[in-house]
Amino acid sequence: MTSYRLKSGGLIDRDTPLHFTFDGKPMQGFQGDTVASALLAGGQRLMGRSFKYHRPRGPLTAGSAEPNALITVGQNGRTEPNCRATVVELYNGLVGRSQHNWPSLKFDVGEVNSLLSPFIGAGFYYKTFMWPAALWEKLYEPLIRRAAGLGRATFEADPDRYEKSWAHCDLLIIGAGPTGLAAAITAGRAGAQVIICDEQASLGGSLLSDTHEVGGVPAPVFAHDIASELSSMPNVRILTRTTVFGWYDDRMFGAVERVQKHVQEPDPNKPVERLWRIAAKEAILASGAEERPLVFGGNDRPGVMTTDALRTYANRYGVAAGKRVAIFANNSAAYRTAHDLEKLGVDVAAIIDSRSETASYNGKARVIPNARVTSTKGRLGLSGITVNYDGGEEHLSIDALGVSGGWNPVVNLACQRGAKPTWSDEHAAFLPPNAHNGLSAAGAAAGIASLAACLRDGAHQATDALKNININAKPFDAGAVEDDPDHATKPLWYVRESTEKSFVDFQNDVTASDLGLAVTEGYGNVEHTKRYTTTGMATDQGKLSNVNAIGILAEVRNVTPAEVGTTTYRPFYTPVSFGALAGAHKSEHFQPVRRSPLHEWAKKLGAEFVEVGHWYRSSWFPKKGETTWRQSVDREVLAVRNNVGVCDVSTLGKIEVTGPDAATFLDLLYCNGMAKLPVGKARYGLMLREDGFVYDDGTLSRLEENRYFLTTTTAHAAGVMSHMEFCHQTIWPNLDVRFASVSDQWAQIAVAGPKSRELLSSIVDDDISDSAVPFLAARTVTLLGGQLSARLFRISFSGELAYEIAIPASYGEAVADVLMERGEKLGVTPYGTEAMGVMRIEKGHVTHAEINGTVVPADLGMGRMVSNKKTDFIGRAMLNREGTQDPDRVKLVGLKPVDPADDFSVGAHILNKNDTPSTPADQGYVTSTCFSPIIGSRIGLALIKKGPERIGEQIVVWDALKEQYTKAVICDPVFVDPEGEKLHA
Amino acid sequence: MASLIECPHCGARPKEEFTVRGNVERQRPAPDADPDTWFDYVYLRDNPMGRISEHWHHTAGCRRWLIVERDNTDHTVFNVTDAMEAKSKS
Amino acid sequence: MRYSALSIFKNALGGNKDWQPVWREPEPKKKYDVIIAGGGGHGLATAYYLAHEFGVRNIGVIEKSYIGNGNIGRNTTIIRSNYLLEGNTPFYELSLKLWEGLEQDFNFNAMVSQRGVVNLVHTDGQRDAARRRGNAMRMHGVDAEYLDLKTIRDMLPFFDYSNARFPIMGGLIQRRGGTVRHDAVAWGFARGADSYGVDIIQNCEMTGVRREGSKITGVETSKGFIECDKLALSAAGHSSVVAEMAGIKLPIESHVLQAFVSEGLKPFIDTVVTYGAGHFYISQSDKGGLVFGGDIDGYNSYARRGNLATVEHVMEAGVAMIPALSRVKVLRSWGGIMDMSMDGSPIIDKAPLDNLYINAGWCYGGFKATPASGWCYAHLIAKDEPHPVAKFMRLDRFRRGYLIDERGAGAQPNLH
Repeated sequence: MTSYRLKSGGLIDRDTPLHFTFDGKPMQGFQGDTVASALLAGGQRLMGRSFKYHRPRGPLTAGSAEPNALITVGQNGRTEPNCRATVVELYNGLVGRSQHNWPSLKFDVGEVNSLLSPFIGAGFYYKTFMWPAALWEKLYEPLIRRAAGLGRATFEADPDRYEKSWAHCDLLIIGAGPTGLAAAITAGRAGAQVIICDEQASLGGSLLSDTHEVGGVPAPVFAHDIASELSSMPNVRILTRTTVFGWYDDRMFGAVERVQKHVQEPDPNKPVERLWRIAAKEAILASGAEERPLVFGGNDRPGVMTTDALRTYANRYGVAAGKRVAIFANNSAAYRTAHDLEKLGVDVAAIIDSRSETASYNGKARVIPNARVTSTKGRLGLSGITVNYDGGEEHLSIDALGVSGGWNPVVNLACQRGAKPTWSDEHAAFLPPNAHNGLSAAGAAAGIASLAACLRDGAHQATDALKNININAKPFDAGAVEDDPDHATKPLWYVRESTEKSFVDFQNDVTASDLGLAVTEGYGNVEHTKRYTTTGMATDQGKLSNVNAIGILAEVRNVTPAEVGTTTYRPFYTPVSFGALAGAHKSEHFQPVRRSPLHEWAKKLGAEFVEVGHWYRSSWFPKKGETTWRQSVDREVLAVRNNVGVCDVSTLGKIEVTGPDAATFLDLLYCNGMAKLPVGKARYGLMLREDGFVYDDGTLSRLEENRYFLTTTTAHAAGVMSHMEFCHQTIWPNLDVRFASVSDQWAQIAVAGPKSRELLSSIVDDDISDSAVPFLAARTVTLLGGQLSARLFRISFSGELAYEIAIPASYGEAVADVLMERGEKLGVTPYGTEAMGVMRIEKGHVTHAEINGTVVPADLGMGRMVSNKKTDFIGRAMLNREGTQDPDRVKLVGLKPVDPADDFSVGAHILNKNDTPSTPADQGYVTSTCFSPIIGSRIGLALIKKGPERIGEQIVVWDALKEQYTKAVICDPVFVDPEGEKLHA
Repeated sequence: MASLIECPHCGARPKEEFTVRGNVERQRPAPDADPDTWFDYVYLRDNPMGRISEHWHHTAGCRRWLIVERDNTDHTVFNVTDAMEAKSKS
Repeated sequence: MRYSALSIFKNALGGNKDWQPVWREPEPKKKYDVIIAGGGGHGLATAYYLAHEFGVRNIGVIEKSYIGNGNIGRNTTIIRSNYLLEGNTPFYELSLKLWEGLEQDFNFNAMVSQRGVVNLVHTDGQRDAARRRGNAMRMHGVDAEYLDLKTIRDMLPFFDYSNARFPIMGGLIQRRGGTVRHDAVAWGFARGADSYGVDIIQNCEMTGVRREGSKITGVETSKGFIECDKLALSAAGHSSVVAEMAGIKLPIESHVLQAFVSEGLKPFIDTVVTYGAGHFYISQSDKGGLVFGGDIDGYNSYARRGNLATVEHVMEAGVAMIPALSRVKVLRSWGGIMDMSMDGSPIIDKAPLDNLYINAGWCYGGFKATPASGWCYAHLIAKDEPHPVAKFMRLDRFRRGYLIDERGAGAQPNLH
């Protein structure tokens, strides 16, 4: 293959050759190349296939707006589809593959789609694939899905690390071309805290492709000198390979830094990408301008590219995109590419200018005024063009064509918050919106064309921005700047004479005639056109195509581009990986882990743990020989019921409440009366939401006159605390009450079973006989001969004689160990949340399985608990509604299968005995079930319409998902010790 | 929302430290207020476009309830005050 | 112009020059029997069914920008009827049935694709809730299956089954659920309505409501005053704003919900999947883009854009569910404004005025409801009585205490 590498020049390091493969073929490039420049140098212009028609495509740009040259880079878990070859930095060993073709890039069967194009133009699918109806999902859609997509995602996990960082600065500069560098050096020298970001590997932007002299040195040298000075400044942070992808509220910007995407083997101690959240006081958008392609027949052949791309490949990478090239432009600025190419010895056949008044040109190439390229030739790459001028036609044999339709300021970030760009006839472009809000567009991004003016604007915008935050700066002066004097441009939206397909959106294969069809069919609003034709919806998000589409729509609709307007600019400026945005929050680190102070205690006893929110709770403690969890749980239940068990209940929320108005406050918080709770006593309490539905339950203990200790459920520990703070601070601020969450300060252990008192006596110094510590007593005690102070509550979730003891968290494990040791002769058994669940169901106690946000106290059989003496408490007013008092509401009951061998599950619904299933026939649902080793069968709790009135009635527990229809009897929800004798023992 | 909220107690803090509850104009009615007043308080919202005041909780900070005055069309924050202090003054 | 194999063929040969506009661009008439305020999916569906099913033809749909600019044009295209409560299940099932026949009905291919909706479960509690929901669906004859871990694993092999913080336990699937090409729904209904003579008036902003006592006489718009016999609000996202013009206060708060699309990828996710351990759901479009989203940003907003923290939460959950997404790139994010109601369910009802109708409160579930919402709203407008499947979606249910609260989150809209 011929080499297109120029003999000398460029910013590549010719002493460092790099080897890589493309579709398995060994290729070579140099340090400093992109994959695209290296492929072009090796004569490989064909790099991709378009989405719909599978047209052969080469790079249209040399930058991040590239729609055509998408390839897959990397292997295994590092496989990354849809990489723009024009920005992927070359490294040794890079593996690149073409995508979206079969069987190969060169011979792609999908190309036949082009022949079908009369049938599959814009929006064709909305009008077809409907006959016969059944075939859409069976035939048509699978065919469409087979054709869908571009690259292929890997199924393997990503082996690399990602991280996130915050940064704060006085001035953020987005883009390090001439404008950005002038702004940065101005601010840097003024001592401001500066962050400058650029998507490329080195600072300089367009200067790196430029041949002009700035301050007496070539542009790339100037860029290098400024970059060196910036990097020596401690107040300047330079983020290269960093794309600012979004402007969020305030002056917050999201940026992604590709830390190690350009290396063969990433250092495992560094992230491959880093997400930055940059909080800036002021920001300057120096994102430059993007050259518009021209729309004419066959404008997509490999070899056709923007003049900026041609020039960049030549000047920066030392690659001539063709042996004989031409330029097709509607403006004067494009002439400099012809000039640069000629200087490098490339044959420029012609400058084809669509204007009658051409620019002056003193090179060899002939300038053809009033001319248009109407068609192109070449199967897999450009071999010739037809030029139409003065009514005649001429054929030119060329292998590269630079096209230029003018420049679009890159206004994306300035428009992401809803402000619309404004059309300027003078610039033939959309300029950034006037709204400032902390982000100022500067230089080419603001529509400024000349290099000298960009340098000046960058410096002045920085000075102005810093003035807003009271920092004085002196605008940087670059000295003498060589410049192109003529930037005149005259819109040419499309070449009418072309009969071939003229592409507007290259990747999505949207042509000028598709846009015309959209207007004909009534989809002329720019948003409708976009959605109907998919123009601007490809991976480049219309960076090259949107303004051309607007211009064409304007012509077809006979209005101005301003009247057509733009579609909405949104993040992300260029695509960002999931990995970068997820950072370290993946796999087991997706969410934080909370461990109880007794976690290690449970672990050494062999506990199985279960995730409960962020917590890991011990769910059961298997013993040798036990093969199923049920065996362990049954054993644990029987041990508690007959003997004594110990359970970690530390995850309950715990809140300490103090102050002279504590009683008043708590009385307002709970729906039941709390003010008269005596010191030394605990009481079950129910909190409602203001809408009258039950929010949470727990116990409230009065430890001293003005000191209370309350518990919440594990799930609502944080919510109850916030709720209390809301009530105090915004509703009753005059109450003198304080409270603090002490959930993490106390380890809490339930000691339950007939021998619990005996066990506890072995560690508690105080008298804990029934008379000293009766049911619902709450008091402070000392342990182990005065070594520790603890709180003892005689409360019971299991229904047994039981206590909960709270110990300072760091002593939790030690005390639990002592309990196990001293309880050995009593046969003490650790039990987990499963056994606890069984016992609470046997006892008819509710949890969030029943308190599901839709029940009022009466639904749970707690209607009488609600105080009718209190004039106010949270939720009181809304309890009196028709719907919350409807006798037909579902209410808590127990369930037992008629045949003890039968089974049923939570989530089953209830049907009357002879009813056929239907939504109106639905009587309720099972909320909790377990196998009760005491009852010897499955039991359950359920919420059933008029439930308590139907005790003894036989119903069907209806479970269509399991195809299990169980005859069961409605019963009282308390299955064990309904009189509470054990409790009071 | 401003990405940084100027908490009167903690200074500028990331928005994610706060929990938004909603409109502050609504005052909890007197316990004996008529059912319509209660219904309005619990369920109805003015939900206007533009400048609003909301209750925000500095959940991951000082745990104070704040009144945040802001524009819900462009997320500009004008003012942040302590709800309890505001209430005590009124 | 009816689309048929023949019309496509003839047009292709003729250079596609003979296609007709899908809807007219009329100026408003002086008076309509019914004015529908809002040219989104629900408004256009309402116009279509009013004309097609209930014989009302003198209808004006007024839209402040272009039709389909609201949530019909910015959702994640999911359809399903996997609801729990009596107030919802029959309604959403009617909607799904209408989706199933929609394309033949309005002769426009909206690409209804029933590839299944899977809700993953990770805990006993979630499994129990999924079963309760699945059985509620089955009670009404809606398809639902509970899938065990092995089945899920065979179906979605590239999810995280080895290192997950919250391991997948199983999932509930509704196989008839799926996706629809959202813009096409707006266009199809608009084209259908237009064919009955319904005037679709774009760039016509309602600026006020003229009211005499308890009767609405017409609306002030940017194109002048238009008289009407009945005014039907259909502007979800901005319901409070338009209702306020008629002096009505709603149990609604407006919130922003973000959504996302990735670069095009060869299809590998066939069903819609929702994650149970974080706010994340995903499907893959017929074009190859992954379409996904998470929870609302959580603050009251009328700005159609959200914040980066929410974006990060969504991506974190995405990578936690599917580790291989790590190197996939997200292309675009956007925001839509949701009418978040006080119980998470919508309102289709008459306002406490003579001739004002309200269709609002769709939270983030309005898209899937589009056909049934249009149908039931049309029924209400035409007959002045609610459609049987929408009889619970009343405005007074909050006052009366008959909430339709699927989540049990209570009267705080940002928790639904």
